Amino acid sequence: MSQPEKTNVVVVGNGMVGHQFIDSLMASEEREHFHVVTFSEEARVAYDRVHLSEYFKSNNAEDLAMTTLENYLEMGVEVHLNDRVESIDLNAKTVTSATGKTLSYDKLVLATGSYPFVPPIEGNERENCFVYRTIEDLEKITAAAQSGAKVGTVVGGGLLGLEAAKAVKDLGLEAHVVEFAPRLMAVQVDDGGGTLLRDKIANLGVGVHLQKATQRIVAGDTCTHRMEFADDTSLETDMIIFSAGIRPQDALARQCGLEVGERGGIVINNKCQTSDPDVYAIGECALWNNRIFGLVAPGYTMAKTAVAHLVKLEEEFAGADMSTKLKLMGVDVASIGDAHGATQGARVYTYYNQPNEVYKKLVVSEDNKLLLGAVLVGDAEEYGSLLQYMLNAIELPENPEALILPSLSGEKPGLGAGALPATAQICSCHDVSKGDISAAVQGGCCSVGDVKGATKAGTGCGGCVALLTSVVNHELAELGVEVSTDICEHFPHTRQELYHLVRVGKIKSFHEMLEKHGKGDGCEICKPAIGSILASCWNDYVLSDELIGLQDTNDIFLGNMQKDGTYSVVPRIAGGEITPDKLLVLAQVAKDYGLYTKVTGGQRIDLFGAQLHQLPDIWRRLVEAGFETGHAYGKSVRTVKSCVGSTWCRYGVDDSVGLAIEIEDRYKGLRSPHKLKFAVSGCTRECAEAQCKDVGVIATENGWNLYVAGNGGMKPRHAELFASDLDKETLIKYVDRFLMFYIRTADRLQRTSVWRDNLEGGLEYLQKVIIEDSLGIAEELEAEMALNIGNYQCEWATTIDNPERLKRFRHFINAEETDENVLFVEERGQIRPATEDERADIIAKAS
Amino acid sequence: MSSWIKVCQLSDIAPNTGVCALVNGQQVAIFREAKSDAVFAIGNYDPIGKANVLSRGLMAQLGDNITVASPLYKQHYRLTDGQCLEQDGVNVPVYEVRITDGAIEIAA
Repeated sequence: MSQPEKTNVVVVGNGMVGHQFIDSLMASEEREHFHVVTFSEEARVAYDRVHLSEYFKSNNAEDLAMTTLENYLEMGVEVHLNDRVESIDLNAKTVTSATGKTLSYDKLVLATGSYPFVPPIEGNERENCFVYRTIEDLEKITAAAQSGAKVGTVVGGGLLGLEAAKAVKDLGLEAHVVEFAPRLMAVQVDDGGGTLLRDKIANLGVGVHLQKATQRIVAGDTCTHRMEFADDTSLETDMIIFSAGIRPQDALARQCGLEVGERGGIVINNKCQTSDPDVYAIGECALWNNRIFGLVAPGYTMAKTAVAHLVKLEEEFAGADMSTKLKLMGVDVASIGDAHGATQGARVYTYYNQPNEVYKKLVVSEDNKLLLGAVLVGDAEEYGSLLQYMLNAIELPENPEALILPSLSGEKPGLGAGALPATAQICSCHDVSKGDISAAVQGGCCSVGDVKGATKAGTGCGGCVALLTSVVNHELAELGVEVSTDICEHFPHTRQELYHLVRVGKIKSFHEMLEKHGKGDGCEICKPAIGSILASCWNDYVLSDELIGLQDTNDIFLGNMQKDGTYSVVPRIAGGEITPDKLLVLAQVAKDYGLYTKVTGGQRIDLFGAQLHQLPDIWRRLVEAGFETGHAYGKSVRTVKSCVGSTWCRYGVDDSVGLAIEIEDRYKGLRSPHKLKFAVSGCTRECAEAQCKDVGVIATENGWNLYVAGNGGMKPRHAELFASDLDKETLIKYVDRFLMFYIRTADRLQRTSVWRDNLEGGLEYLQKVIIEDSLGIAEELEAEMALNIGNYQCEWATTIDNPERLKRFRHFINAEETDENVLFVEERGQIRPATEDERADIIAKAS
Repeated sequence: MSSWIKVCQLSDIAPNTGVCALVNGQQVAIFREAKSDAVFAIGNYDPIGKANVLSRGLMAQLGDNITVASPLYKQHYRLTDGQCLEQDGVNVPVYEVRITDGAIEIAA
């Protein structure tokens, strides 16, 4: 129910920009003065259209969602889905929808976006002719692919067209791109870049047909259709996707008489108002200064401008930068500013490396002082700094070409973070300026990860992370924070460096490490860290003479010390599967030693309250019954949780228990910078909760989806989809590489989630390293894992057979007595440590 | 004149680790430093963690101090005088210790 004193705002269209408008308005201090209603002709609330193609991977619309219906309702937003506004009455100030609802408004916001342009080609209405814009479009394309289409052709070689071609290829079809212009991505890149791009795309197995004007589409001979071109050539295809540009969706504006541009688009002023001051238009439907902005970032800026005007703040839309950086079929492409050198007097620097498939061009001002534009194909690493040069009119170095030439000497004239003005926008996805980052650092953020969390910078496309990192480090240095990465006073190295020193120097002991690379005697930081590295590298018995002094509290007695100095006993129960006979053994041991028993979150059973001298006897019985150590005490692989899977479950798609056991057996005993938890789910219902694990696996109809770097615990993080539909062999290979890469590069006590958050280049970089082997280390990683697996031993089995080692498992070196300070009381039928008061009581009674 | 009680052999203690001995009803944590084979003896009771565990901690060198880090909450206790480095006023007893013919003896 809307209250009379509230301003009634109706938002037509719930795409990314419409959502941004609502979100900004609801985040403003004036929010209680507004009642917001939104209409969407689609069945769902706003989703991320920029990453639409990812829907092919996950088939999960939720992954793309930008908000939820519940979220809107909570904010008091009235939502009408599956209902489009059909007409506007500017005089009565009402809108009427397809289902017949008529609502009045005080302010109207048109965020109707654009529609794909389908060229008026004869035959374009034939079956299996699609556009590429909504989740429903993608579902139709998938359905066509599944019902027998073998060849797919995209009409239009622009940004979106190439994306669609990749989707076609990923669906297993033979893919083609047909473009009218003489090059691909004609708007963003020049001839040189276009040539290279064409070669690269063609090398990936996509047919590229340039300068082709489709005349008609008719029935084909070998395929469903034949496309006939103006030059009398033709192409047979089963499916056609039109991606020949967008047109502003301005039908409503035309209907109600708002001013529209000659070639379409709702005319707006600097406040984003249309010709009727109570009606705003934002995003791709709006025409500002005779320009349509077909990117999301300018649309967001318009949304914020309109909100500012509504709440009576001064803010103007002053155009937007159309620079873009993206990855098309694995090829980096970036375009900045005046990419074609159209500015008068502009000069050009070009670097073209055909063997390595890299093309770079700079467009600079006549006096060589300012950067006007750039094109980067094949390697877009400099995008962030070049963009800053252009946006902030920073004077170029004397030899601007050095900015794009490969640095044979290793040093590059990088853009110092200090040179950027506070207003410089570092992250365009979330509009975060250098000033925002300074404020975050001054507010206590001490790392890139912290700043990401506080400002969202670098969490969109990730293109700015390198620049973000240098800004954060610069700001920290400005504050006088010395960023020491030394692990402790004994080793002037990071954990990563220590790892390499151990591996390269084939170092086998702490003593040797200290002698060669450290000083002093070591402490409780570097000893366990190096103990862990030695274990990760060589996997030798952790209680050997050389290694025992390095082990942390828990590793040294192969149990988890509890608050009263007793230990827990946690045998491995791989995948959570256990026979009744083994359960009986656990129960009998627990009874015989009076241990407290509890089922853990990792699907195994903990036995608590064991004293040092009891551990060997308890473990002897467990090992004899076929149990192994569960490494619950180590920074190491813990558990692989599983659901019951296809063996029993009516919904199960694959054998999750079987895979979980296999994975747990493979990686058991692997020591790492921090503990590692896994899970395997047998279907997308995800009962094993794999998406909050370091490594999560979910069965699909076509194999296994691999998720990485999730975490429950203190700071939950959703795992990210790393690769889809893998066969088991590939899955294991990726997990091998992922784990060893983490072990190589993480900081001490850094879980995979934090490690991933701090990883420069983000998920994409990780995928490159693991899947594409961009660093050329995949074989090494696999060999290192193989060594680990080969050297596995159950530390308890080794220990109980070694009388020398067993000497340590007694409370007193010189007496058989036990620790009289360990006292238990009973609660709910089991023991627990006595509290201090209870302890005093017990001792008083005894004496 | 104090009398000395033999508790174990030096070789019973792995270098850079500790053991616990029962001496006149007291729990004594004895540590062996690897480089010099020097030994130290302090009380085994951690007054902060409130458990008899110090002999099971990791030996740590911090600046000029040779310490043991409590296995419970990681406070450092200096082996030479029992002082807790993190909390003023918290300390554990220290015992005289010597090595005679490879045997470790504590003053009783």
